[in-house]
Amino acid sequence: MAGYAMRRLKDKLAFGLGILCVAVAIIPLGSILLEVIRNGASALSLQFLTHPPGAIGEAGGGVANAIQGTVILIALATVIGAPLGVISGIYLAEFGDNRLGAAVRFLNEVLMGFPSIVVGIFVYTLVVLGMGSFSAIAGAIALAIIMMPIIARTTEESLKLVPRTIREAAMALGIRRWRTILGVVVSTARSGIVTGIMLSIARISGETAPLIMTVLGSQWFFAGLNQPMDALPLRVWRLALLPYDYAHQQGWGAALVLILLVLVVNIGVRFAIRRRIRPVR
Amino acid sequence: MNTQVLELSKREEKPKIETDKLNAWFGKNHVLKDIFITIRRNAITAIIGPSGCGKSTLIRCFNRMHELVPGARVSGTVLLDGRNVYDREVDPVLVRRKVGMVFQKPNPFPTMSVYDNVAAGLRLNGVSHRKGLDEVVRQSLEQAGLWDEVKDDLDKSGASLSGGQQQRLCIARTLAVQPEVVLMDEPCSALDPVATAKIEQLMIALKNRYTVVIVTHNMQQAARVSDNTAFLYLGELVEYSETSRLFENPSHPLTERYITGKFG
Repeated sequence: MAGYAMRRLKDKLAFGLGILCVAVAIIPLGSILLEVIRNGASALSLQFLTHPPGAIGEAGGGVANAIQGTVILIALATVIGAPLGVISGIYLAEFGDNRLGAAVRFLNEVLMGFPSIVVGIFVYTLVVLGMGSFSAIAGAIALAIIMMPIIARTTEESLKLVPRTIREAAMALGIRRWRTILGVVVSTARSGIVTGIMLSIARISGETAPLIMTVLGSQWFFAGLNQPMDALPLRVWRLALLPYDYAHQQGWGAALVLILLVLVVNIGVRFAIRRRIRPVR
Repeated sequence: MNTQVLELSKREEKPKIETDKLNAWFGKNHVLKDIFITIRRNAITAIIGPSGCGKSTLIRCFNRMHELVPGARVSGTVLLDGRNVYDREVDPVLVRRKVGMVFQKPNPFPTMSVYDNVAAGLRLNGVSHRKGLDEVVRQSLEQAGLWDEVKDDLDKSGASLSGGQQQRLCIARTLAVQPEVVLMDEPCSALDPVATAKIEQLMIALKNRYTVVIVTHNMQQAARVSDNTAFLYLGELVEYSETSRLFENPSHPLTERYITGKFG
């Protein structure tokens, strides 16, 4: 009976430890979120969401141009980065059982761990100096480079989870390999792939360092892909550096908008790609 | 054993499938040894034998699925209507369209609806004509005996059906590409007796239009549905004859011991 009591105690301890770890992980997250909401909510207003910034030092104005910039950056970066990432992931999962695959996988991991400011410098040298100006497109390229390895990795992982029997079923129908991969395997793994894309979007929406070296920031609305542009993280950063209370409050507000934007994109995409067939009972 | 095999072959003017010196390996493991077997057209041929004797491998050699497993190898010939499917110029993809396959565990495509599951084979081979697809889907589901149960739920997930329904869905999916031969690899081993009975009725109905080969662990099933039965042991074809003869009057002592449950 003593053995049983001991095992029960250990079970309780392990369970308690688990709960404790979850709490430790969640507390910082929750407190950051609460802090942003507490400080930022009061800055939100129709004017804040629909107007570009006012003159420096004067209260009023908003972050509409930064919202627009961030939406454009996310869209462009996803259009460039997602297909490349997904295709690399497909290559790694389906044809990557060789030296080239191992090399690509290794480089991909290195790229994933790259400091984003280095990506910024790289794009600065290549695109900004090449074009002769800071530009929206340079920022999108930098963000796409940050997205790609994340998407490639999650795509590979989710394709590898598709059971062999599903591939065999397709092959046995006389479907060619590439169509099996695209039509059956990828479609089976699609929710995992979309999760990867969403994760990478969440990651890039907050990137600031590479944007300083590429899109630069701006007081005005979008003026063309080859022109500097504003973005929410840049706006947060600039507002935080200003020596005015109203600016700090606007900074919190911009941060809150950024968080909400990521949330909206996430929910929106999930809703749009949700299976059109009725779910499993 | 050879006299019986020959006798069976003689009666058959033109077998649907005929193998010669068929050998198969998984790496160094020699799993099929010099198999000579003829499969009668528009009949059900059952392949029985203890686990690991090469039953599944044998039928997977008929539609060139065996070679998809890394390290797998085949030698010898498999004639489908007199043409060797292992000829260099034969495209294995086209072989698989003629020789369809149903697997042990029902494996509908999980993210597709009932309709899309059945249409998948045609769609992914480039057929997109909606009316034509509708017709093929209906016919295939009817042939698989599933139409009445799912006709109002064609947009429902294929994975939401019961196990027996899923297996019939897989059969419908196979029939939709209009094969000539249907291979079934222990199609009932994951099903309950009621669902099994339905699949067995279905097999008998199918043999009017298709050549059916089933692998089964269940000797009663082989006795109930098949016309001919082959007994495989350790990669060799021990005995092959009409089903009634094999079960009532086996000529090889190994066969007799196996069907009477003395080993296996």
